[in-house]
Amino acid sequence: MADEKTGTPETGTILVVGGGISGITTALEAAEVGYEVFIVEKNPYLGGRVAQLNKYFPKLCPPTCGLEINFQRIKKNKLVKWFTLTEVEKISGGPGNYDVTLKQSPRHVNGNCTCCGKCGEACDVEVSNTFNFGMDKRKAAYLPHEMSFPQRYVIDPSIIGTASAQKCRDACPYNAVDLEEKAKTFTIKVASIVWATGWNPYDATKMTNLSFGKVGNLITNMMMERLAAVNGPTGGKIVRPSDGKAVNDIAFVQCAGSRDENHLAFCSYICCLASLKQTTYIREANPESKATIYYIDLRTPGRYEKFYKKVKADGNVSFVKGKVAKIEEDPATKDVIVTVEDTLSGKKIQSRHEMVVLATGMEPSTAQVKVPGNAKYDDNGFVVPAEILATGCVKKPSDVMSSGQTATGTALKAIQMVRR
Amino acid sequence: MEKKLGVYICGGCSIGEGLDLEKLSVVATKEYKAPVCKTHQAMCGEEGVALIKSDMEAEGVNTIIIAACSPRVKYDVFDFGPANIVERVNIREQVVWSHDWTKQVKVKSKDAEGKEVVKEETQPNDDTQMLAEDYLRMGIVKAQKTNDVDPYLLENVEKSILVIGGGITGLTAALEAAATGYPVTIVEKAAELGGYAAKQRKQIPTKSPFTSLEPNTIREQIKAASSHPQITVKLSTEIARISGAPGQFAVSFKPAGTKSQWDIPPKKKEEKDAAAPAAEKPAEGEPEEPKELPADQVKCEDILTSDPDAEVFGAVVVAAGGRPADPSQFGHLGYGKFANVVTNTMLEETAAKGKIVRPSDGKAAKSIAFIQSPGLNGDDSDFPYASSVTSMISLKQANYLTEDYSDGKAYIFYKHMRTPGLYENFYKNAQNNPGVFLTRGEVLSVTENADKGLTVEVDNTILGEKVAVNVDMVVLASGMTPETQFEPVINLAYRQGPAFRDLELFDGYADSNYICFPYETRRTGIYTAGNVRQTMTNGECIEDATGAALKAIQCLESTNRGMAVHPRSGDMSFPEFFFQRCTQCKRCTEECPFGALDDDEKGTPKPNPSRCRRCGTCMGACPERIISFKNYHIDMIGSMVKAVNVPDEDEEKYRIIAFVCENDAYPALDMAGLHKLKYSADIRFIPVRCLGSVNTIWIADAMSKGNDGVLLIGCKYGDDYQCHFVKGSELCNRRMDNVAETLGKLRLEPVRVQQVQFSIDEYEKIPEVIGKFVEVIEGVGFNPMKGF
Repeated sequence: MADEKTGTPETGTILVVGGGISGITTALEAAEVGYEVFIVEKNPYLGGRVAQLNKYFPKLCPPTCGLEINFQRIKKNKLVKWFTLTEVEKISGGPGNYDVTLKQSPRHVNGNCTCCGKCGEACDVEVSNTFNFGMDKRKAAYLPHEMSFPQRYVIDPSIIGTASAQKCRDACPYNAVDLEEKAKTFTIKVASIVWATGWNPYDATKMTNLSFGKVGNLITNMMMERLAAVNGPTGGKIVRPSDGKAVNDIAFVQCAGSRDENHLAFCSYICCLASLKQTTYIREANPESKATIYYIDLRTPGRYEKFYKKVKADGNVSFVKGKVAKIEEDPATKDVIVTVEDTLSGKKIQSRHEMVVLATGMEPSTAQVKVPGNAKYDDNGFVVPAEILATGCVKKPSDVMSSGQTATGTALKAIQMVRR
Repeated sequence: MEKKLGVYICGGCSIGEGLDLEKLSVVATKEYKAPVCKTHQAMCGEEGVALIKSDMEAEGVNTIIIAACSPRVKYDVFDFGPANIVERVNIREQVVWSHDWTKQVKVKSKDAEGKEVVKEETQPNDDTQMLAEDYLRMGIVKAQKTNDVDPYLLENVEKSILVIGGGITGLTAALEAAATGYPVTIVEKAAELGGYAAKQRKQIPTKSPFTSLEPNTIREQIKAASSHPQITVKLSTEIARISGAPGQFAVSFKPAGTKSQWDIPPKKKEEKDAAAPAAEKPAEGEPEEPKELPADQVKCEDILTSDPDAEVFGAVVVAAGGRPADPSQFGHLGYGKFANVVTNTMLEETAAKGKIVRPSDGKAAKSIAFIQSPGLNGDDSDFPYASSVTSMISLKQANYLTEDYSDGKAYIFYKHMRTPGLYENFYKNAQNNPGVFLTRGEVLSVTENADKGLTVEVDNTILGEKVAVNVDMVVLASGMTPETQFEPVINLAYRQGPAFRDLELFDGYADSNYICFPYETRRTGIYTAGNVRQTMTNGECIEDATGAALKAIQCLESTNRGMAVHPRSGDMSFPEFFFQRCTQCKRCTEECPFGALDDDEKGTPKPNPSRCRRCGTCMGACPERIISFKNYHIDMIGSMVKAVNVPDEDEEKYRIIAFVCENDAYPALDMAGLHKLKYSADIRFIPVRCLGSVNTIWIADAMSKGNDGVLLIGCKYGDDYQCHFVKGSELCNRRMDNVAETLGKLRLEPVRVQQVQFSIDEYEKIPEVIGKFVEVIEGVGFNPMKGF
């Protein structure tokens, strides 16, 4: 069966590192041609960043809709095998004949898990919920989210060795909690490798003038996705972190880190559209609400221009061309004061908003964790495809649709490498 | 296969607490005489699975009904191989996790003195039990009605690929497919390969570090394709028609610009009118019936006549590119009036030939104004069909100017510089070029001077003032219109018309509606790439072409295995037709979202199974109910509907049947269960491949059996449709008019049957949606046909 129980594959296999939308797409497109594929994912679930998104632009459709189809494809196709909680430790050999050492961290929950939830009920420890960017807590025995694939609980390693962990184990009627599970290392042979480890939101605290982390009602665009999501920390209510009040006046700060030599020198491709999309979240939730977007250039490639026009036609969304210089908090009201140089009028203006969203950019995951093998990078840390192929946002900033395109093409490149 | 049923009821995950498993077993053993029926506290555990396996071995059980969790989980544990039928009955997420296990009942009794007292007592909830029993009945019936699937195998699946268009996209697709071992034919209507790419001096960077222009590599690609043993090139050639289906497309070629007997005959007028209301709008680009027959009129053969000289291909990549958009609608910019106002395409052609010179007199053009955004009064759109490509093109051409003339000055007037992603690196590099002046502003006018030079007046600049710049030339950063805007290109000999559909959704581009599935088209085996689906840079064309080549290969390999392509990838079932009862109503032909069916002159459908995506919309459309899949058919679902025990009126319980989309609504129901959201136990869900496959007979079955209402839960439709089969949920909705009429005839209230549009992430609304419908049904009361 296509799961972690499967042993070492034959040569001729494609290894896809990263189980987000790019990795899944590359893997499935290759498997549906007829090639064996392994997906390695460091999270306890497949789906990656898109699993955290509330809606896709421009259709405003739920990402889980496409993920469900992709999971169905994975379930039906025995050529796709996957490892969660797994990272690549070492790559040796070359195209056609790689030896790849994988390290799988313990989930502490085995295949017996039925997702009945008893361990979560019994667990008396709460930890920060990383899926929601720390905006709430989750039990230390948890299902990452309801669409998690595999639908299997995880025990947070922080409670291993405590009485709480014992409680989780004792609560499980199916003998699924395995507190003794250890990390395991094993080697697989593959013919081609595709790096698809995606991106991380740029650390907003690095932009000291924007005061992220110091201003209570200042969040990032990815946090906004979680706030708006029905399975997010507030059940989909867009409220201020400081006081839980509904937000009527929101602002978006574009290029928070992107197009900035001191941070991310490139454009992150998606942030303009993400903010345009997020104005629809708040406008839909509250017809009285207002949104302001502070931008340098609005980049709405192709069909996205139509979406921009639609948002622009909404009189309650305004656009100010200018770079935000400073963000502060009004200590009395906890409102957020934005100082921006309006490039059109040339004046410095200050405006007050109930909440502000930083459109933080994409940092390639390889800026932090390099490929443990022979890979090339550009100045910004993106992987330059060579012997080890790369696709999706670890190769260049892109939206979901173009990630799908390049991931499909990368599947062909990977197949060519297997065939040669 | 002789079926031997085994029913396995799991008591784990609270199922045993919420239900009486013994009573549930009785449904299997008494009502359905299942020879084997067992319960276990964890059917998915080693012991449970071993129990099933031992019965398979010892008892010959081959039809396994597992009443436990959702089929979306434990799919691997309960996989007993293709030789056995496994049916999952979801009594966890959709029964015990979403319904109360007990209820408070007032019980009358007599106390010691014989006085009547009323006590509240907690009893097992018989509504929940009845729900589980109905699901088990439906599951058993479904398994009984499931037949073995024999895949549809074409005798000979052709592995060669046709690429339409010999520009950068077509050449890339061809080279990539050939490099993977598949023979390719490129058909190009021009006399040479290369398309617009061949008319470029240099190309926008395609690779890291994306800072500088790259030499134009199209010549190398042309050379590689022309000399590749696996690639055939047909120049000055067009497609007359493509008939057939994936694996066996028959393609008739013709010299470009000529007519051929294999051209698609125009639809007759009456046919068009008759087809239009039922089969949506006529397809884009459908050839108009010529008013007068030209003297050299060639009589076109009917679409079902086969061309003996046609060449056979397995799949098609459409890389037909586009045509430069005409910017003359923006009169204030002087295009068409002044000789030295040109488009970016015109400048590129000049630049490819030599130094940039003025069209009016051939003199060096040392100063050029590039206009990015043509609108006035704050309209910040780029030119139509620009995508984000034109900012890059202007930066590239500004670069040419400073290459050609050390004192060259390029002014770029923009509202937004659109250099997304790593293209920012190229933009930054241009900013360092002392000959390039980037100014944000609105171009008010372009006027011509005595020397044929031009004055460009710009307002709202960053400096806040109006400026006028004198230049030798003005270049309009106009876009590229897709070829599909003008021609069907693919000229399909399909009954639904020769062109792609829904082109109006994307301004004529043959793009996919799906964010997650960018290569999806409504014509199986035919994939689009490059400028035909969005204005793209060379680099984007190359990436897109590679993906399209993969999809083409994947389609013919899937066809070779008798498997469906996306979204039911791997499905080996396909629709079969019982033609003796066909009344030639053509509904299946017209409604199939993928144009899988053609029909002959009488109107009898001609199925093309390898075009089929297995959604079952034809089955839903057929009023004679002659269309079926081996494992999904009218009788199967009808029998499941009939298996529901409808209580008598005096029991005062409502019964509602809900047909739910298995891709979105069904997972949403599972998630509602996971969150333990509670809703009425009066409703029974039947998953369907797509709401498009719901045949109105099932609704009639439900109502005539005494059910009080029917709910259809499917995907959103409209321009931003979410239906994975494009039109399924919309077609279902259209059929509802007929349903309302039928109900009216039966003197039943039309509100008893309703369709709801539902997204997968709306699970928290499940109780509300169901609650509202139950209220409606309670409002109209019991089905008067109950008990008849």
